Amino acid sequence: MAAGSMLNQSSRHPLLGPRGIWSFLHIDPVLMLLLLALITGGLVVLYSGADQNMAVVKAQGVRMGVALVVMLVFAQLDPSVFRRWAPWLFAVGLAGLAAVLLVGVGAKGAQRWLAIPGLPRFQPSELMKLVVPMMAAWYLSRHYLPPRLRHVAVALVIALVPMAMIILQPDLGTSLLVGAAGIFVVFFAGISWRLIGAFFAMVSVAAPLMWFFVMREYQKQRVLTLLDPQSDPLGAGWNIIQSKTAIGSGGMDGKGWLQGTQSHLEFLPESHTDFIVAVLAEEFGFVGMLALLVLYLLIILRCLYIAATAQDSFSRLLAGALTMTFFIYVFVNVGMVSGLLPVVGVPLPLVSYGGTSSVTLMAAFGVLMSIQTHRRMISA
Amino acid sequence: MPWGEFKDIAAERRLFQRRTIVMLLLVFVMLSLLIARMYQLQVVEHDIYTTLSDKNRVQVQSVAPPRGLVYDRNDVLLAENRPVFSVTLVPERVGDMEQTLAKLQGMLSISEEDMERFHRRLLEPRRPFQELPLRYDLNEQEIARLAVHRHELPGVEVSAELVRYYPHSELTAHALGYVGRINREELQQIDPVNYAGTNYIGKSGVERFYEKLLHGRVGYQHVETNARGRTLRVLERENPVPGEDIRLHMDLRLQQLAHELLDGRRGAIIAIEPATGGILALASVPGFDANLFVTGIGVDTYRELSNSVDKPLFNRALRGQYPPGSTLKPMLAIAALDSNAVTRDKTIWDPGYFRLRPGGRPWRDWKRGGHGWVDLKSAVAESCDIYFYEAAVTMGVDTMHKYLSDFGFGEDATLDVAGALSGLLPSRDWKRAVHSEPWYPGDSVNLGIGQGYMLATPLQLATATSVLANRGNWSEPRLLKGIKGDRSVDEVLPPGSHQSIGLKNPDDWEYVVETMAEVMHGSKGTARGAAKGAPYRMAGKTGTAQVFSLAEDEEYDEEEIRERLRDHALFVGFAPVDDPQIAVSVIVENGGSGSGTAAPVARAMFDAWLLGFPKEGEALIMGASEGESH
Repeated sequence: MAAGSMLNQSSRHPLLGPRGIWSFLHIDPVLMLLLLALITGGLVVLYSGADQNMAVVKAQGVRMGVALVVMLVFAQLDPSVFRRWAPWLFAVGLAGLAAVLLVGVGAKGAQRWLAIPGLPRFQPSELMKLVVPMMAAWYLSRHYLPPRLRHVAVALVIALVPMAMIILQPDLGTSLLVGAAGIFVVFFAGISWRLIGAFFAMVSVAAPLMWFFVMREYQKQRVLTLLDPQSDPLGAGWNIIQSKTAIGSGGMDGKGWLQGTQSHLEFLPESHTDFIVAVLAEEFGFVGMLALLVLYLLIILRCLYIAATAQDSFSRLLAGALTMTFFIYVFVNVGMVSGLLPVVGVPLPLVSYGGTSSVTLMAAFGVLMSIQTHRRMISA
Repeated sequence: MPWGEFKDIAAERRLFQRRTIVMLLLVFVMLSLLIARMYQLQVVEHDIYTTLSDKNRVQVQSVAPPRGLVYDRNDVLLAENRPVFSVTLVPERVGDMEQTLAKLQGMLSISEEDMERFHRRLLEPRRPFQELPLRYDLNEQEIARLAVHRHELPGVEVSAELVRYYPHSELTAHALGYVGRINREELQQIDPVNYAGTNYIGKSGVERFYEKLLHGRVGYQHVETNARGRTLRVLERENPVPGEDIRLHMDLRLQQLAHELLDGRRGAIIAIEPATGGILALASVPGFDANLFVTGIGVDTYRELSNSVDKPLFNRALRGQYPPGSTLKPMLAIAALDSNAVTRDKTIWDPGYFRLRPGGRPWRDWKRGGHGWVDLKSAVAESCDIYFYEAAVTMGVDTMHKYLSDFGFGEDATLDVAGALSGLLPSRDWKRAVHSEPWYPGDSVNLGIGQGYMLATPLQLATATSVLANRGNWSEPRLLKGIKGDRSVDEVLPPGSHQSIGLKNPDDWEYVVETMAEVMHGSKGTARGAAKGAPYRMAGKTGTAQVFSLAEDEEYDEEEIRERLRDHALFVGFAPVDDPQIAVSVIVENGGSGSGTAAPVARAMFDAWLLGFPKEGEALIMGASEGESH
């Protein structure tokens, strides 16, 4: 926690000095600064990734503004509000997922959206990224920690049921994140290492079963293509080959901003959405990638610090799980673009073009800020 | 259970913090993995991916060399290149082929033929990312329409290419030939590298013979393209070496005159400059527009051309094989004199017929009642058949074959005329091989007046006449006069293989030439009408070739048939007698008599070449004078 304590200057004296204003506004200035840095840098890369289309950058700027407002709203709420609302939100989320499967609106062969008259279209699966860890944290924090086996089992059901429903949409990327969020809660709650061992043993058994009975053909293809992109260089392998080429040709210093040939000559697919990190790697090189990953690391360190210093179990579990989910975003996205992982639709958090996931992510940071800024003096 | 009541808050916190440290370690490990991966891609394997990236964006394109131009002897352009816009598709980049084709059909008029050809080429093996042409020769409106909708049509390009154009094609098609799309057989013969950017190749005539010279050397350019293959900029360029511009011996004015002289008829005229062998005119009438063939001729147009009774696609000058008839007599006169079959003083009595033996089958003279007493000179001048029957029998086939071979009959004696046929010079061996019969003396009789088995092309007749004009010296017929670059004609023109014809008494040349002059200027010369009023002396010989039969499938039309059953009119000659500048052969199919139809044509050619070309609007003397019927 050495790195964490370096960032730990803001909340030691919550009502003294300028920090008091932040506490009053329920903003964590360190986290806020890091997030703004990330968002700003993201817009710069997006301008290049979207082929210098200012309209795209403006639209993303507006979305980020909305997301910041959502974050601030969440930050104003007391963590106990999330705890009390967790079961109800979870029920609403499950109902929404069921509704999506029955009457959802589709795009690209998948049903993800729910169009309720009078409300903006929304994705219940996005909501679940927040609600599943809340629900799991709510449930586990009601019992002694470390949890007993049956509590663990219930918590896993809380995570896996929505995850399964999201897989059916099908949306592999989001289901992975939702499931991960729930499992991280269980881990932070202190599940025994033996159980963890057993879990991994189970996964290694379940993986082949998943392959044969659950995974869709396109998903299998993605895995196969990952193992050997050259087997289908113009089809499924194209994306991976082109993004690796973009990253690799960037070299140490990169080709320079707006100078990436892979992205600007349209070889790189999805250059402003899921594959935007390849644009950054091509134009800013290894140095740029290092800067990006360090920025993410700083955000994660700050968030884990917030989690570790939170006052109650619910807050700790929720904060820890949300932080690790954020990290999983980063890892899966960069991993898939660089050819380490199969291509699942996970955006680079707060950088990729797209609204819904940014709002959810910022809401999560709002929750973290809420936990950080609603401390009761007595417990200090 | 009310939560938190009995919990060990401090213990739970410690447990959480331990777990956080584990997670932190996990984050470090996984981030290190990502950083290591980036290091691997960006630093260790950087060169590999730089190459891949450049290969992506940089493509090597071949640049077709502009084809060499063709000029006539006076530097009048006969074959040039002009830009033509066509729409091409790169199948690899077209998303939905059917939809794209449907869209294009809405924008351009694409014939079913174009569509069919495109689909055929789509199925054929080809280089990846090769552009396949869909339609040629777009007009400006169509280009504009495509430009507007360009973004909706990935893989569709408008490309400009230089396409051959023959400004005087109706006049020059048979001499120049034409270029056309490279077909599958040609594809296997050409150097694929040098033709990487070339779509056209010489199919016939000069274009075919001098393909190597005219084509040039391919160039390259490295271009940056985007993922859809659109060229964004040229990075590096190695210019192609253009094909050589060449000059022909042909004089377009003479060529045009030849066409005008035969206008409305079928026939051929060849004019050769005896001293050089240069072909001044090579006309086969009717001609056709070779431009139709360059980008691919339509089926209907082609059918119309190939089914026409006038056979415009048939190159009569090079490939029309006719019985030479009496035009062969001067060459036979040389043979008879040199082989001592006759002497200058030998006189015979021509009763109007000839028998091999008393009471045998009679061979008739064309003149009923005969010419009476004739010597060699009058035999040529009046075209006495009986004299040559007798001389032929005396010489025998072997002697005649030898001398006629020396004049270039029975072979393609040209240096650079693609597609010239060799006619038929019969011999004992030939008859035994083809007809399984011995050579009869009667065959010799027929050969004596250029009939029977003997066949010659107009070009061969002109060649033999030119050798006669040269008094036995050979200059093989040729089209190429000069190359406008550094290379000399001798480098590319195949060497001639003919030796001068040496006679035991070289004076015989002058004697036979004098007999030919007698044809034109003598009081009984068969073509004296055609030579009337000429300020120079000319030598010539008329001839008639019989039309034996009609093809069965030709349409029946009484008038037409009567016309088409008439004899072919022939004439060979040169002028001036003492310093020959031009030798010609003329054949007018179904023209009737050589003297009445063919000789005046030759006279007009002589006049134009020696005295100057008739001014615009001045009447030609075609058919104006009437001679006797031979």
